[in-house]
Amino acid sequence: MAMRILTEMAAVYGADRLLDIESAHIDGCLYHGYSGLEFARRLVAGGARVRVPTSLNVGAIDLLHPETHRGTREQADHARELMAAYQSMGCQATWTCAPYQAQQRPPLGSQVAWAESNAIVFANSVLGARTNRYGDFLDICAAITGRAPACGLHLTSNRRGQLLVRLVDLPERLTRDPVLAPVLGYHLGLISASKVPVIEGLPADTDEDFLKALGAAAASSGAVALFHVIGCTPEAPTAEAAFQGGDPTATVEVGLDELRRTRDLMSTAPDGPLDVVALGSPHFSVEEFARLVPLVERFPPHPEVEFFVCTHRLVHEVIAQRGWLEVLVAAGVEIIVDTCVVVAPILRSQEGVLMTNSGKFAHYTPPNTGLEVILGSLEECVRSAQAARVWRDPELWQS
Amino acid sequence: MTSILQSRVLIDGAATGRALVLNGPLSLWGGLDPRSGRIIDPRHAQFGEVVTDRVLVLPYGRGSSSSSSILLEAVRLGTAPAAIITLETDGILALGAVVAREMYGNCPPVLVLGGGEYDRLVDGAVVEIELGGVVRLQPGVA
Repeated sequence: MAMRILTEMAAVYGADRLLDIESAHIDGCLYHGYSGLEFARRLVAGGARVRVPTSLNVGAIDLLHPETHRGTREQADHARELMAAYQSMGCQATWTCAPYQAQQRPPLGSQVAWAESNAIVFANSVLGARTNRYGDFLDICAAITGRAPACGLHLTSNRRGQLLVRLVDLPERLTRDPVLAPVLGYHLGLISASKVPVIEGLPADTDEDFLKALGAAAASSGAVALFHVIGCTPEAPTAEAAFQGGDPTATVEVGLDELRRTRDLMSTAPDGPLDVVALGSPHFSVEEFARLVPLVERFPPHPEVEFFVCTHRLVHEVIAQRGWLEVLVAAGVEIIVDTCVVVAPILRSQEGVLMTNSGKFAHYTPPNTGLEVILGSLEECVRSAQAARVWRDPELWQS
Repeated sequence: MTSILQSRVLIDGAATGRALVLNGPLSLWGGLDPRSGRIIDPRHAQFGEVVTDRVLVLPYGRGSSSSSSILLEAVRLGTAPAAIITLETDGILALGAVVAREMYGNCPPVLVLGGGEYDRLVDGAVVEIELGGVVRLQPGVA
């Protein structure tokens, strides 16, 4: 069945051959309904095993803190059974949407088959590994066969930059603030359609958590699977390299006004009272916790505000060893692993307003949780949680 | 007069339904509730519309790689669109259809129509799709 689906999809993509892959990342372990479980059961019943190292995306329940699941017993059981089914096929129990910060990374130029929109864009753009946008089911079929259709971003010529996105007249402070990442990323997703965008004007030392947040937002508002940042990402040491010697098909200038408009589009409620703060989409890294902990110590959350940080087990271990877990839990912060608050029923609030620094949470919170959403910087989120109403840094978006 | 367009077939099949033309791309995960067939992305222009039995017309999918799961679940629950027509090849939507056919023996056909012809698909018009990707547009809006 896996090879049949793979070859049918190769025909859809117009690929005339398959290529070997070195690793896979599977999104199909996240429970969306009974059909996904029936599919996994059929693979397991057929004796399917993965042929390449394969990591697993988030599931629909936190296996370390199952009491945080607020759905029905049946939902929880199905979520667990689905996760177990994928593990039984030989996949590693990584349970993270940020596998690139949890395990050995695929090297530059390696062929992989990754699912999970933010992991896809990170693998292609920041690591220079090569994957198409694999959806649920094709990801495991590629892992079982060790093959993928030879097309799209697996091939060098299709990785050429197409759309030049020139950042103009952004204030120095904003180009160094992590809040720029989700807003610029969301903007990129809206303007890129299915083209490969190339960003000019970000600092050469832009860190990977910035690129992770940018990519996750771009893959939420749009279908971006690869972007280049001139002077920063591995396939774009120069503009010439990013465009593989060719010219951009179009150039777009992005300034403060455009970004402010996109920022406003990302929030669905006016600044006001707040019920939830949620961080960690993609899963929070150790470096992100290092920025969060001193802020929470200074501005502990209001007892009536739910404050969640979603991460994976390896980071959870590190923050426990460093004593940060204790500090956060004492302040009332809840740490979720294996899953997150927009893919699993975890929030106690059934309505109200959720604030986040994540473009992906900003996009998916309203449809998936029923809450309104407000985007802010990390400091704005923490200080808003303390006040139980939105706090704004007055200088952040000034010219 | 009926117009006849030739599409590129990603997933073959025959179907008839009224067109539901989306103004922008949609991620089915976080965009479509497979239980009701309703579009649940509040930022989308067609928020609240029901895709069930419609010929869903959209430029391309976006967002989540779970969209194939949502299409499969919609086929299982009988809430799927009658057919899907996109402007650009979208592997994740086609994948949901391939797996639905594998699992449940049926799926919406998935077709690609190029720029000029795609623009002729008008919301509400009756669209007939024949095997081999022939798309017949009935005149007027039903």
